[in-house]
Parts: sequence; structure tokens; C-alpha cells
Amino acid sequence: MSDLLEIAQRVVDAAAPGEQVEAYVLRTRETDVSVFGGEVESLSVAEIEGVGVRLIVDGRQGYAWAGSLDPDVVAETLAEARDNAGFGSPDEHTGLASPDDFGGVAAPALDLWRDELLAVPASEKVDLALALEAAVLRADARVRGVESASYGDAASEAAIANSLGIAVSTRRTTASCSAFAMAGEGTATQTGSGFSAGRSVTDLDPDAAARDAAERAVRLLGAQQVPSQRLPVIFDPLVTRSLLALVGGALSGEAITRGRSMFVGRDGEEVAGPGITLVDDPTLPLAFGAATHDSEGIPTRPVDLITGGRLSGHLHNVTTARRAGGGARSTGSAVRGGFKSPPSVGARALHLLPGDRSPEQILASVPEAFYVQSVSGLHSGTNSVSGDFSVGAVGLMVRDGAFAEPVREVTIASTLQRMLHDIVHVGADLTWLPGGAAGMTLLVSEMSLAGR
Amino acid sequence: MIEEAVLARTLGSALRHGGDFAEVFAEDRRTAGARLDDGKVEEFVSGRERGAGIRVVRGDTTGFAHTADLTEAGLLAAAEAAAAAARGAEGGVREVALQRRETRRPHEVAVLPETVEKARKAAVLERADHAARAVDGSVRQVSASYADSRRRVLIANSDGLLVEDDRVRTRFAVNCVAVGDTGMQTGTEAPGRTLGFEIFDEIDPEEVARVAANRALTMLRARPAPSGKLPVVLKRGAGGVLFHEACGHGLEADLVDKDASVFRGRVGEQVASPLVTLIDDGTYAREWGTYAIDDEGAAAQRNVLIDHGVLTDYMWDLVRARKHGRASTGNGRRETYQHLPMVRMTNTFLLAGDDDPDDIIRDTGTGLYCVALGGGQVDTATGDFVFGITEAYMIEDGEITEPVRAAQLIGNGPDTLRLVDAVGNDFDTWAGTCGKSGQGVPVSSGQPTLRVAELTVGGTAG
Repeated sequence: MSDLLEIAQRVVDAAAPGEQVEAYVLRTRETDVSVFGGEVESLSVAEIEGVGVRLIVDGRQGYAWAGSLDPDVVAETLAEARDNAGFGSPDEHTGLASPDDFGGVAAPALDLWRDELLAVPASEKVDLALALEAAVLRADARVRGVESASYGDAASEAAIANSLGIAVSTRRTTASCSAFAMAGEGTATQTGSGFSAGRSVTDLDPDAAARDAAERAVRLLGAQQVPSQRLPVIFDPLVTRSLLALVGGALSGEAITRGRSMFVGRDGEEVAGPGITLVDDPTLPLAFGAATHDSEGIPTRPVDLITGGRLSGHLHNVTTARRAGGGARSTGSAVRGGFKSPPSVGARALHLLPGDRSPEQILASVPEAFYVQSVSGLHSGTNSVSGDFSVGAVGLMVRDGAFAEPVREVTIASTLQRMLHDIVHVGADLTWLPGGAAGMTLLVSEMSLAGR
Repeated sequence: MIEEAVLARTLGSALRHGGDFAEVFAEDRRTAGARLDDGKVEEFVSGRERGAGIRVVRGDTTGFAHTADLTEAGLLAAAEAAAAAARGAEGGVREVALQRRETRRPHEVAVLPETVEKARKAAVLERADHAARAVDGSVRQVSASYADSRRRVLIANSDGLLVEDDRVRTRFAVNCVAVGDTGMQTGTEAPGRTLGFEIFDEIDPEEVARVAANRALTMLRARPAPSGKLPVVLKRGAGGVLFHEACGHGLEADLVDKDASVFRGRVGEQVASPLVTLIDDGTYAREWGTYAIDDEGAAAQRNVLIDHGVLTDYMWDLVRARKHGRASTGNGRRETYQHLPMVRMTNTFLLAGDDDPDDIIRDTGTGLYCVALGGGQVDTATGDFVFGITEAYMIEDGEITEPVRAAQLIGNGPDTLRLVDAVGNDFDTWAGTCGKSGQGVPVSSGQPTLRVAELTVGGTAG
């Protein structure tokens, strides 16, 4: 048994009669490097530990956490969770996971840990970040500066145990590097970012990240507002990823059962074009969000959300499945933002079933379109309850299958419901990206562009 | 939290491999909160963390390490890691003499959160739930949340500074979903103050709930927002985020230093309409972004950033200020002891002008009137920024008419500052969380009712 699972189990063993207790214990070791002007700007090495305790008694739930695994602190945290439970409202749907919730699903065999990451000295990580910065400057003469170049990694180990018999350990390593390039001068400046991510340093391709950052900044030089118009829009894979994350949020059991989703009451209905299939599959080894178990200790599995354009499923944890009723079970979709909050529901590896067209073929499939390289204001301009969607965008006009003039200071708007129906082509270029979803090139038949 | 002699030895040890500056930032943070949804208090959540972040600055390089172990052994281990990360040559342990400095608080907290029974906190949520549902039967879902935090911090550095602060914050939020024949709409209101439970002497939870409920109901009858350039009037309070994004971030010295701001090299120049006087004030009593000292131990200040349109100064943290041979402006902040500080805003606001807010609307002819905003984003290197409207109305023939659906507004900072052509004689503020490089900190923004002659509105209507 891992030392973390032992700590979790000790908390669970202290449950009083009539109590359900769950302990989540986390330890993360991280390194972060940022460089600027050929010098190390900062190097940070850290180990973070903590525990979160959920306690349910008489249908009332309480939660407490502490940023320490000191035995006295852990014991105090259990006592605090117990006290907190006294102030929650009774809710018949509240409950912890049990092995019965596995539904016969076995945890996928996934290798998400690389010992080598912990063996790499910090100096090599610094050198990688310095090389990344230099490569951005070298990539194109029009790059005048690098706003940031950084490297970061994390090795996280977690344990979940509860009084209904769950006892699970998980661990994963991640490494990434990213750069932000600036091209042009003064208010004519344009920016572009590039990154590379994997499970260890050796998975990273800093040269590709540098090329992306430089190319994405340089190709926007001279960008202008264009007149307001309605036109076809092509999303870069990174933008598609953000769009899918919004849709995935609206398909969470938490949003659905609380009546806070544009998909409420639409099960089985056509919610997207006929060719659209959306799946969350954390069992895929290439997905950055791949996981053997969810944050309540239930094995993950593929979850069909939209099949052939029809709404075919929701993401559930134990509580939201019970609240949904109708025989719904957890889909192994509990997620946590660390140990400081109780589990919620979310996607880990959301992706559209790819189509058969390359990005080039999609660009050539319409006489004119706006290619959206990046968007801004996703948190302030989109609403997954009403479906309203309006974001700032930069990108390039596309004509005759090729990039034409660059565009800035415009917005693109529609509703999420409309956009799902308006998807014309899903690219074949499925790319796994950090952030719980994959991206690919996507053509939407019409959106409102606001500009000059 | 930590004995003075231990701090002095830790700082001395942190500089053993050389280095120009070492600092210990320790904190003990307790948070408590509860969330109500669907008429039920989902759960109380409380948490505690203590720890220290240690940094060693050598030239332009900062080494950083943090630990949850506040014993001398734990601190010395973190100091060693930070020193190694700063990659200096051997220097030998240095003597550091600490001098305690008293902290002057902008205001006192009357009712510490930990002295208030949890049942009273839950009762506030239930009152909000009832009030929101009483507004109209179309209000189908109400969620309300209460959160308080007490953060005791200690900062000691190799310049001899030793200073402590005790920060209390309380925030209360209500989100409503209304359902009608046009679909579903949401309304949110989320005030916050640097106060304890006495926040409810000045914030009525039932009124907050009614504002959120009415906002959702209003949006049910909203028509699509216009698409294109329009004069935009921002109601007092709502539009402070415009200045936070349009120029606030661009006036942060770390971004200026990296040549990643369109405002670099422009101090002394007319960068905005003469109607614009912009202040960042960490001493603003009771406001959400207020503190006595920043997270590097510098006293909070009232800093004039733009005076009648002329750029007067940037905002500075300690490291950037030292490099430029000047003083910090008290804007060095970090999310927790696990983060490095950087330049951040506090309470950023535009001073009131002379115009009657009603006259501003009347003089506008056709335009957009924004009452509530949902945050924004900026690329400081290009100056392009966005902010989202969550409650807005058309202005037609100088009158406020129909509501419009949520949309994003986009503009360029330097252009927009010059286009401010009316500033009202009223004022209000708005609490939010500002994100930068992965760290979130509480900030507020404020402004009088004002007009921007032209902004691009990102709706879907012709």
C-alpha cells in the first residue's frame, strides 16, 4: 500500500457508526522555470501535500481540507468535516462511491508515470527553457521579443479511500514548455504562442513550440479590423478544444440535474449536425487527461455524449447520477481541482469523432472564410445555460484555399446550440491538447463577425 | 508565526551561495464557505493551510522554494533549495538583523469570521434563496454561495524588514436561472469586501438575490445584441473592468519591462482623454482589493496612474523597482505562499467627472447602455482587450429601451482611452478576481457612469 493510501485509510478507519467517510490525499512535486532575455527569470521547486475529507451522516455532507499530512492536522481535518456535516441540508442523493458503482467496468491499464522525470536535474530543465527562448528569436527575423518562455512539470500521486470499500492509488507525470512571441513594433505588435506537452522532458519538442509561436505571431503582422459580416468560420484545433470544453461543461450531470444547461430535457434530440459524435474517453493513453480512475475512485470508461448528432449521454459522478434518477449510474466522471474542494463532474478526454478531411482540404472547401487562430474572453462572453456565444478573435481570412489578410479586433458570435448544428466539417487532424479535450480543424457554416 | 531569530537565520542561510536579496513570506490561512443549490445547503467546506515561500534574488534571477513545514529545519531546507535555484557562488552565511515595522490598517474588521456560528452563515444563503424565488415564478434555479477567509501573513527580508498583516475577506454571490419561452437565461451578483461578517450590515443578501433574479428575468426578454461599432455608455461601477483591461494590465511594470505593453516609454504623454484620471488604491477602506501591506511587505498606496489623460506612472513590485532604483508602489502580490509575487492591481478606478448620468444617456442618441459586466481579457502587447456584458440595453433617441443578450465588446486600449467623451458625477465599484500567469487575486474596479464614443459590440443582429 502506498504511504498516501495508508494515510487515507487511517482517516476512513476513524469513521463513527452511521458515518460515511472519504479521504483524498495528494502529493505533487513540481518544477517551474521561466526565462527572459537569455537569463533564468525564476526557478521554483516545490512539493505540495494535502488532504480533503468528505463526511456524510444522515444525508448531510461536510467537507474539510488541510495543506499538510501531519497526523494531528489530518485528525483535525476529519473532526472539522464532521462538524461541517451538521450544517448541510439532508439530501437523499448524497453518497460516496462503492464497488457496486463500478458496473463491472475494470480500470484501464494506463502508464501515466515516468520515473525519469524525477531523475532529470533542474539544470537540464533550465537549459530546455533557454533553448526554447533562443529558438523563438531565431525562427523569424520579424520576431522582436519573447514575452515569456517557460518549462513546467509535475509528478502527482493521489490516494482515495472511503468507508464503503474504495481504496485506489493513482499517479501521473506531466511536462510542458510554452513560449509567447512578439512580432512587430508598438501598437502594430502581434503575438503568438506555441507549446509542447507530454509525460516527461523527453516527450517535448521545444523547436516545434518555438516555430508555432513565431509563425502564429508573424502571420498576424499587419492585421486590421474587417467590416461586420456573416461568414463561414474555421476554428484552429486549439479553439475547437475550448469550444468542446464549453459543450462538455453543459453535459455534466451537475449542470443538467441542476437545470443549468442548454441541454436540459433534450435527451435523444438532435443537438448537432448528423455527422457529429462527441465522446469523453479517459481510457485513451494519448489523452493528457487519461486516467485509470475518477476522483471518487471509480474506473473510467468511454462515455458517449452526442452520437450521430443526437444527445446520447451525460457525465455523472455518484451524487449527480442518483439525483438524475431513471437508473443513471456514475460514468466515472468525478473530477477534483485538488484537495481543497469536494469532487464535481467533468470531462477528461473529450473529442469529436474525426472526419476525413485534412486542414488544407477544409480551407479549400469554401470560397471565403475567417480562420480563427485564437479567441479571448471565453469566460466572459459565453454562457452554457443560455448558449450565448460571443468572443474576441484574431486570425486570417481564407480565400481560394489559402490564408489571405490577417484580422484583429473583431468578435465572432452565434449560440452554442446553433454552432453545433452548423458544423460542416470535422477535420481528420485530431490533436490531444492539455485541458481535458482534443482539438481539430472545424468548419462552421456561418457566424456573425463584428468589426469595422 | 515564526520566531524572529529563526527568520534571521533562515534569511542568512538563504544568501549563503551569494545573492542580492532574500525573503521569507509565511502565511496561515483559514477559509470557510458554503453553497446552496436547489434550496439545499450542499455542504460546508473549511480549510487551513500554513507555509512559507522563500526566494533568493541574484541579478535578474529568482530562486524560489516553499514548504508547509514552518520549523527551523523546514525553513532552512527551503532556503537551501531557493539558494541552489538562484545558482550563485559560495558566499558564506550572512548576518541579517530584522527590525519589526508596525502595520497601519486602512480599516478594522469588527466580526472575525471564525467567531460566527456556521448556522448563521447558512441562514444567509436561505434568505437569499427565498428572496430570489419570490421575485417571479420564472426563476427556476437559485444557487448562492458564502465564502470567508482569514489570512495572517508575515514577511521578513534581508533588508531587515519584518512586518505582519491580518487580512479578512468575505464574499457572497447569488446566481439565478430564469426560464421563459425564449429559453433559459442567467443572472449573477457577487459583492465582496475586506470585512468579516459585518459585511451584511452594508450588503443585504435579499437585495443581492433580487438583483440577480431580475437580471435573469430581464435577459429573457432581451433581443440579440447589435453587431458593429456603437457609442457605449457604462453605468457606474459596471465598467471599471474596462480600464482594468484597456490599460490597467498594460501599466504593470513587469510587462512594461519586457516590452510587452503598448504603454512602454509613454510616461508624461497624453495617453487618454483629459476626462480620464485613473487611480490604483490599495488603501481604499473595505474594498475587495484592499490590504495594509502587499505580499512583499510594502505599505499599500494610492497611486495616480493617469492624471487628466497624462500617464504619470506604472505600478511596481519590489524586484522591478529595485532594478530601476526606485520604490515599490505596493503592488507586489501573490495568490498564496506557494507562488512568486508579481505586479498586480488592487482597487483600480476612474475618478468622477462633472456630467449628469441622465444627460450622458440623453446625449447619446443611439448606443448601448451596459449595466453589468462579466469580466474581460487583454493582450498587453497589442493592447486589444475584450469584456463581456451580462446586462445591457439599447439606447434609442436618448432613451434606454430594450434589453439585449449577452455579448463581448472589443477594443484597443490606447484607442479606447482617447475615446472617453463623457464622465458622470456618480461612482460605484465592482468586486472580481483578476487572473495573471495562473494566479488569481481579489481586485475591485470602479468608475462613474461614462461614455466611450465607439466600441465594437459583438452581437449577432445586423
